[in-house]
Amino acid sequence: MQLDNSSTNIAASLALATCTLLGSTPALANESVDNEWRFDTAILYYGETDRVSLVEGVISATKDFGDDHIFNGKLTYDGLTGASATGAVPQDTVQTFSRPSGHGGYAVAAGELPLDDTFRDSRVQLNAQWTQPLGDNLRGSAGVHASKEYDYLSLGMNGSLAQDFDQKNTTLSLGLSYQFDQIDPVGGTPERLGVMPIPTYIGDDYDDDHDDDYDDDHDDDHDNAYPDRNGTQNKDTVDVLLGLTQIINRRTIMQLNYGVSVSDGYLNDPYKLVSVVNDLGQTQQTLFESRPDQRTKHNVYWQTKYAMDSGVFDISYRYATDDWDITSHTLESRLRFNITDNSYLQPHIRIYKQTAAEFYQPFILDDSPLPTFASADYRLGDMDAYTVGLKYGQQLDNGDAWAVRMEYYQQNPKNAGFDEPGQLADLDLYPSVKAMMVQFNYQF
Amino acid sequence: MKKINKLLCIGLLASQAIGCASLGVQPWERDLLAKEEMALNAEGVDLGLDDHIYFSKEATSGGRAFAGGGCGCN
Repeated sequence: MQLDNSSTNIAASLALATCTLLGSTPALANESVDNEWRFDTAILYYGETDRVSLVEGVISATKDFGDDHIFNGKLTYDGLTGASATGAVPQDTVQTFSRPSGHGGYAVAAGELPLDDTFRDSRVQLNAQWTQPLGDNLRGSAGVHASKEYDYLSLGMNGSLAQDFDQKNTTLSLGLSYQFDQIDPVGGTPERLGVMPIPTYIGDDYDDDHDDDYDDDHDDDHDNAYPDRNGTQNKDTVDVLLGLTQIINRRTIMQLNYGVSVSDGYLNDPYKLVSVVNDLGQTQQTLFESRPDQRTKHNVYWQTKYAMDSGVFDISYRYATDDWDITSHTLESRLRFNITDNSYLQPHIRIYKQTAAEFYQPFILDDSPLPTFASADYRLGDMDAYTVGLKYGQQLDNGDAWAVRMEYYQQNPKNAGFDEPGQLADLDLYPSVKAMMVQFNYQF
Repeated sequence: MKKINKLLCIGLLASQAIGCASLGVQPWERDLLAKEEMALNAEGVDLGLDDHIYFSKEATSGGRAFAGGGCGCN
């Protein structure tokens, strides 16, 4: 099991211990023994066709203070712009929607899937993790994280123990994490399945500065058209992760994890909508979505890495299920070919499939009773997705390393068995989402 | 819930099988496993970035590490 996604990996610690024992000097052991900081940096561009684009930068710094007392600090920044699917259905006529703040509105052309184009945010995240031996074969790790974006704050802490057996060939681990999230929705928290008001006018924003992002929308937190709405909402998440890592033979290492995650609190997306349609498929009104206040997720994750003479084969599978009735399968593989002693090429493939949440519905029929929970967020619906990518990396003479990778990601949402009345049958309710990722890494 | 139990049983059996079989290596046989790219979280920065993207675009997360995303991610 991985204690966090930076420096506390069991295999890395095993490798490090072994390298120290054997006096060998691969890069990781060498740099750590030198007591120098090691930096991993990356910049990622992620862009969807006609929707969201994201630029994310990461600086991760790791230092071994001796005897495997390892600190890792990570700073992540991302900037996000673009349009996001609201959940409302397309229509064969122009539609209008209020902006989240309630000031002004936007129009969606006939036949187009409604996207909220007022979507702009930046996020800063800090992680810190400390790992050290607690005995001959026992390691402990503890960490904290904080993430802040305009309307969202996340604070978390984690702790784990890892015990080695059988000459460090087997490792059992137990990790716990607690996360506190707070959302302060733009425009306040909409009422569950409350009706979205009809916009009084169509335009960028009330202050007419053409800077229609949430930030400017909310220089003053209370400056929205819904003074009666509730404000900040919270949720708590507790994760438990059990892990077994086993060295199979000189070339193969395997891990099996079981994780359970319990979230309690506000689990809605306050910006997502559900259309109410009549038997001709015409939208009668638009509601804000409603999700349950609790969610318990389970997953089982298996990974195997095999050292070839000229590379590494990595394959993993994850099964996930939860009490919202969502089930998913994820199969992922990377195959690293060493081109020379200092360079490699690595194709990557990921295949993902999920089933819909029990309360997912692409629209509500106006002659049906209003359900307690309903979300038309396609991310909670039936969906297949795949990723294909290629990475090239090179180690430099001075010990630094760089890499570049390109990936293509496509989501194919599917109809989870809903009849489409009237005009909806002729409209594309489940368009594919296509994204490109380009990433550059530098390690020193 | 049945599926979870089934998977847990498979996991338990697998771990038992692993425990009973003569798996593993001697300390001097770790040359290949000690390579940086053989670490289970090699390319940790890439994995973290991927986790963030998939967390915000799909309904399930976690497995390799904790499931929390720590972001609004709409």
